[in-house]
This record gives sequence, C-alpha cells and structure tokens, in this order.
Amino acid sequence: MKITLKVWRQKDQNDEGRFVEYTADHVSPDMSFLEMLDVVNIGLVKKGETPVAFDHDCREGICGSCGMMINGRAHGPGRGIATCQLHMRSFRDGDTIVIEPWRSNAFPVLKDLMVDRTSFDRIMQAGGYTSAKTGGVPDGNAILIPKPVADEAFDAAACIGCGACVAACPNSSAMLFVSAKVSQLALLPQGQAERTARVQRMIAQMDEEKFGSCSNTYACEAECPKQISVTHIARLNREFVASQF
Amino acid sequence: MNSFFTFINSSVGKKLLMSLTGLFLSLFLIVHLAGNLLVLRQDGGESFNTYAHFMGGNPLVRTLEIGLFLFIAVHIVNGVRIWWQNRKARGKRYDVYRLDENTTLPSRMMALSASLVLLFLVVHLRKFWVPARFEGEQNMAGLVVTTFQNGWYVLFYLIALVVLGYHLRHGFQSAFQTFGWKTKRYAGLIEFAAAFFWLVIPVLFACIPLYVYLTGGAAVASLR
Ligand code: HEM
Ligand code: SF4
Ligand code: FES
Repeated sequence: MKITLKVWRQKDQNDEGRFVEYTADHVSPDMSFLEMLDVVNIGLVKKGETPVAFDHDCREGICGSCGMMINGRAHGPGRGIATCQLHMRSFRDGDTIVIEPWRSNAFPVLKDLMVDRTSFDRIMQAGGYTSAKTGGVPDGNAILIPKPVADEAFDAAACIGCGACVAACPNSSAMLFVSAKVSQLALLPQGQAERTARVQRMIAQMDEEKFGSCSNTYACEAECPKQISVTHIARLNREFVASQF
Repeated sequence: MNSFFTFINSSVGKKLLMSLTGLFLSLFLIVHLAGNLLVLRQDGGESFNTYAHFMGGNPLVRTLEIGLFLFIAVHIVNGVRIWWQNRKARGKRYDVYRLDENTTLPSRMMALSASLVLLFLVVHLRKFWVPARFEGEQNMAGLVVTTFQNGWYVLFYLIALVVLGYHLRHGFQSAFQTFGWKTKRYAGLIEFAAAFFWLVIPVLFACIPLYVYLTGGAAVASLR
C-alpha cells in the first residue's frame, strides 16, 4: 500500500509546529501503525532528517505510553485498541492519514507527537493510592469481596492512563481517567479509609490542572483502549456529592 | 471537608448546578404547557384568560416567577462559564476532529441549541410576558390568537420547539448522569422519562400555534 502522511512536527515546547507531508511506500497491511511509522523514520534518518518523535513502550496495549490523534480519532479508528494495536489493514491503499498529538492545555506538546502527561501523575499523587501498611501477602480469602464488585473494580483498574479520554473529549475533560481511579478504590475494602479525602483531592487536582468539565458526550468511552465505562463517571459524581456530607 | 463554595465551584459542582437548574426548568415546562393548552378550549378564550389573570395576580406564583428567572439566570451564567473554560482547556484545535464518529448530534450542539432557546425566550417574553405583566394586556387568549395568525411567528415557534427538543434530548438524561443516578439499572427508565420532555412536551406545545394558525383562530376565540 502507498500511504500519504500529514504529521504534526514540532521541535520543542516553544516551537510553533506545523504539518509535514511524508509518503510511506510499500506499506504492508500486516504492519502495525507504529511499525509503519518506524519505517518512515528509518527513511528520514537515512536522509539525515530528524525522525518523528512518538511515545511507545510495550506495543501490546498494556503500558499506556502510546497515543496520537489519527484522522481525528484518539488511537485511530476501531474500538478498544491503543495506537500500538492499530494495524495498517484498517486503511486503504492511497489513503491520506493526518496524525496529531493529544491536544489539551494540560498535556503540553514536548516534541512532535509526544505530550507531557505528568498532570495525570499529579492527580494520582493527590489521592490515587491507599496509604495503609499492607504487611505481608494476606491469605487468598481473608477479605471477602463479592464477585460482581471485584469485577467492577477490576474493569476500572484496567485504565492504563494513556490520556485518550482527554484527547477525544470536546472539553478536554479527564473525568473518565479520574473516575476509573476513584472507582477502583471506592469499590474495595482497602480503599475505604481514604475514600472521601481521595475523591475531593483528586477532583481538586484535576481542576487545578485545568482539565475541562464533563458534558457527558461519551467520546471518552468510545475511544478508551480499555473500554472503561462512563458508569464510573456516574460513580465518581456520586462519590463526590457523598463526600460533602 | 470542602467548603460549599469550593464544592459548587469545582468542575463537578458546576455541572450539578447546571443539572439542578435545568431539571427545574424542565418541570416548569409541564406547568407552562398545562396552562397554555387551555387556549385550545372552545370557550372564547375564557379559561385561558382566567388562568392568565390568576398567574399574574397570585402572590405565590409571582414569587415562584422570581425563582424561575433566577434559575434561568444561573443556568445561563453557569453555562457560559463552563463553555468558556472547556474551550480554553483544549488550547490548540485539532486539524481533523471526528466527534461525529463517537458522539451524538444533540450532545455536540448544546451551546448552539442553548443560544437559540435563549433567543427564542427573549422574543417570546417580549411578545407575551411583557404585555401581560407591564402593559396591562387583559385578553391574553386574543394576543395568542392574533400572534399565531402570522405564519412567520408559527414557523419561528416550531423551529424554537425543535431546538428546545434537541437541548433536552441531551440535557435531561445528562442531568441524571451528573447526579450519578444513571446506572445500568436506571438508564432505561431515565431515557423513557426523557422522551416525555424532549419529544412529547415540544410536540404538545407545537399544537398550539399550529392549531390556531390552521383554524384561523375562529374556533378558539369568538373574542369577547
Ligand atoms: C408554543 C407554545 C407556547 C405558548 C403558546 C406560550 C405562551 C406563553 C404566554 C401566553 C406567556 C405569558 C403567560 C402569562 O404570564 O400570562 C408565556 C410566558 C413564558 N414562557 Fe411561554 N409559551 C410557549 C412555549 C414556551 C417555551 C418552549 C418556553 C421555554 C422554556 C417558554 C418559556 C416561557 C417563560 C420563561 C415565560 C415566563 C413565565 C412567567 O410568566 O413567569 N414558553 N408563554
Ligand atoms: S480511561 Fe481509558 S482513555 Fe482514559 S486514560 Fe484510562 S485507559 Fe486511557
Ligand atoms: S505502547 Fe504500550 S500501550 Fe501502546
């Protein structure tokens, strides 16, 4: 396949940035999207140009490093996949693909397609943990948790912190991410001690970082590689209201 | 613990305020519709005029009216604030942004539909509320009938009602998500109740101008 790429290039945080067009020849439909970019980058290096910078690590959808806006969709077309799980078979010969970094004031662009997501880390530091001393590994069934509750907590815990929810949201809201983190701990016995302080601190930090307000468009759920459900956002809202009393 | 001020100024607090005022305005629509449907009674506008006089004279209604305007004001001011902050949160815009592939049209149109409902509200209040309250208009049924003899007014009201339907199509169920009540168990029930507000209420409202226009108003007001 022959693909035309329109890629956002930006030298550093102070650079204006611009789109640059590249042609990717001999693209195999079996290639992953990132492999296709690798090949383009090898070509750029051979020509003595700077390769396109993008974040990646595991390349199997579990680390949350990768992420870019592909043809106007966070992580590209398809549901429940991170950018590294996108394959070139999702495109057709002759297609033009526009690639942009996540856009949010809370995610400043560092270089090309790499953004600074430490705002997520600061939200986690504000309350996304339990500070109880856990001691050794407890016996398997020492703390009984009903299966449906455990499942719900596990679904929330699947969030890999990629930031696609923010990128996809018309308001750059981080509610899906924060709701996943708050839900996971609010559902489990270990999370109870800091339950009210956690939700208040994490929401305060989220607002501090200037993420937008959720308007329930659910673009986040549609683009989340882990398909985190917006019912967690409903729980986050409930937790926040309950924490006021 | 948060102070109430911190709570209501947080992103979630602002949304809660939006939902509360929005649902209150939706409830007002029921009362407003029930009263207005009296125009359709074949009694020369008598019941509607009695109702309008009662609404204009009753101190309790007048107090509620102040509350209503207050809620509208909070709804609008808070809405503009959220809209502005959300715009700023994005920063640089996307060159290609396909929200059409993962969101619904009404949810994307909230700011637009809200602005149009506000525009309608200004025209609507000038046309009916100001004469009733400040210009001593006694025959409100007559005013309604003469207004809706004009096809352009009818068209304007019909468009406004479609837009209001759009606003509520997203807004009503969204309020319950913001309250945190839209769990899997209640989602169906909420959608069902929402249909009453975004579909049934606008359609019934639309019956008034349409009926008056199509019957030439003759049946409604053999005006005294
Ligand atoms: C086409 C159907 C409608 C008709 C015939 C109609 C008619 C009227 C009339 C006659 C009044 C004056 C009542 C009085 O004080 O005596 C009024 C007031 C008002 N209308 Fe409507 N209306 C319609 C639809 C709407 C809609 C869709 C809204 C949107 C929210 C709306 C909002 C209001 C408000 C806020 C007032 C002031 C209420 C008050 O008296 O405090 N109306 N309308
Ligand atoms: S909620 Fe989904 S989209 Fe958002 S950060 Fe977590 S995994 Fe990524
Ligand atoms: S590279 Fe780890 S999730 Fe994509």
